[in-house]
Amino acid sequence: MNSMVTQFSYVLATALFIFSLHWMNDPKSARRGVFSGVAAMVIAIIATWAQPAIIIHHEWIVIAIVLGFMVGVPLSRVPLTAVPQRTALSHAFGGLAAGLVGTAEYFLWLSDAQENLTTFRMTAIIAEIVLGYLTFTGSIMAAGKLQGIKWIPQRPVTYPMQNVTNIGLLLLVLTLGIVLVMNPVNAWSSTVFLAIIVLALLFGVLFIIPIGGADMPTVISILNAYAGLSAVAMGFVLDNKLLITAGALDGSSGLILSIIMCKAMNRSFVNVLFGAFGQVQETQETEGEHKVYKSETPEGAAQILEQANLVVIIPGYGMAVSQAQHKVRDLYEQLKKRGITVKFAIHPVAGRMPGHMNVLLAEADIPYTDLVEMDEINPDMPQCDVALVLGANDVVNPAARYSKSSPIYGMPIIDADKAKTVFAVKRSKNPGFAGIENELYFSDKTWMLFGDAKAVLNELVKHLSSDNGM
Amino acid sequence: MHEVMQSMDYWSMLFVFVLSTFIGIGVIGRVSRLLHTPLMSITNAISAIAVVGSIIVTGSEHPLPIRVLGAIALFASTTNIVSGFLITDRMLKMFKGDRKNK
Repeated sequence: MNSMVTQFSYVLATALFIFSLHWMNDPKSARRGVFSGVAAMVIAIIATWAQPAIIIHHEWIVIAIVLGFMVGVPLSRVPLTAVPQRTALSHAFGGLAAGLVGTAEYFLWLSDAQENLTTFRMTAIIAEIVLGYLTFTGSIMAAGKLQGIKWIPQRPVTYPMQNVTNIGLLLLVLTLGIVLVMNPVNAWSSTVFLAIIVLALLFGVLFIIPIGGADMPTVISILNAYAGLSAVAMGFVLDNKLLITAGALDGSSGLILSIIMCKAMNRSFVNVLFGAFGQVQETQETEGEHKVYKSETPEGAAQILEQANLVVIIPGYGMAVSQAQHKVRDLYEQLKKRGITVKFAIHPVAGRMPGHMNVLLAEADIPYTDLVEMDEINPDMPQCDVALVLGANDVVNPAARYSKSSPIYGMPIIDADKAKTVFAVKRSKNPGFAGIENELYFSDKTWMLFGDAKAVLNELVKHLSSDNGM
Repeated sequence: MHEVMQSMDYWSMLFVFVLSTFIGIGVIGRVSRLLHTPLMSITNAISAIAVVGSIIVTGSEHPLPIRVLGAIALFASTTNIVSGFLITDRMLKMFKGDRKNK
């Protein structure tokens, strides 16, 4: 009887989770999705907790939940520029939870219910701990890279035989896993189990260190999928279908986002994971001619902006770094006041996670109707009077169209070079994250505005508003 | 008999997994690209459904070390639920269409 109530609650929770994601298809209904998700979670927790036959130690549960609130609430208040690292950190927590529960279940059954360690269950436990622990360390490394923590290298770390080492390690884990599935209860089985945990933790670290900032959107999506799949594996272990459905929803979301990110960079999964950008950099220097930038003062740029009919702003990670989104908003207001149409062109991989730019611009109160996807804005680019490239680099590099030697060859880009005039705001003359020269900056119609994005925008806005004051 | 029941349940779990993956792909494929960051935060919170497993491990009559592992897992999952839903809502509140005020 009691279990009927529990199972019914789980079915209800699954339906609410699906609605929750369904409502995310439109910003207008999306907040309903959050309420539905919360409702599902509360139902699931109460239904589980209210099983008197199983749950005895209530005080432990209360303490863990209270601590979770104490950490969770501050984590939800981080500045929006820090959302990528918060997301990575929560993948780490998800992986850790799955790994620990898998470990607990294995040792529990090993000590007093060995008949539970069937081949099927053992396979699920191995999948759970491997995915869980590698997601844990991998996501911690990713979060560290994104946060810019000192002892975690920011640039991709490459060393000879790197791919061989990683693949070898993965094969070793798989082999040990198979051995353990076949011998779950031998005297040495728990040692093998612990070895798998250690290797999975190590693999998580090694798998992230060669990955650079530009690949972070893809990697975060892949880790998202892993975190979901580890929850699915936990469902198989505990014979709990709610874990399977909710985990599968998360897993498929991670999968879809990874595919979108890979397409937006014209790279395959394998290439992102095993082809660190480092190897291609040398080819860049060979072009002999010395190119020069033309730079422009904010004052001159302001005058040209005033004459425009259509201005397209192309934001990138540079905007997030200098927290310039609120200044962007001031510029947007100034231009709008003059009857100029202003659109934002959003490349799928701009920033450090899927949708990063949209959230920052929404925070700055820019209506989402003016945030336009790459595929929709590109046909309009020839009519664009001024393209303002704001801390973006690779996503506007025309070399992606034809230069076969370029590491970004084939990547779809925003056609900033088709606009009548281009202003590019850039911190320094160094090439972008991937170390690739961007010929857009040397084009006849491009003028550079060197400086921190926020400072440059501040100058622009100052000139525009003083002109207005007459 | 018992064996048969067991193996049938494995198959039904696999069915559930495959079908919910397809539902997930169908539903998430329609999510607006504008909302991919909040989408990731909310699926994060949803996958913290691992909380269910953690509660069972923590609250049952198990040896102490097992319950400690469960409690840490429960703490981690709760953190994800709380921060995941709160930050999703915080972000979604910021998405506004054409403003009428001002």
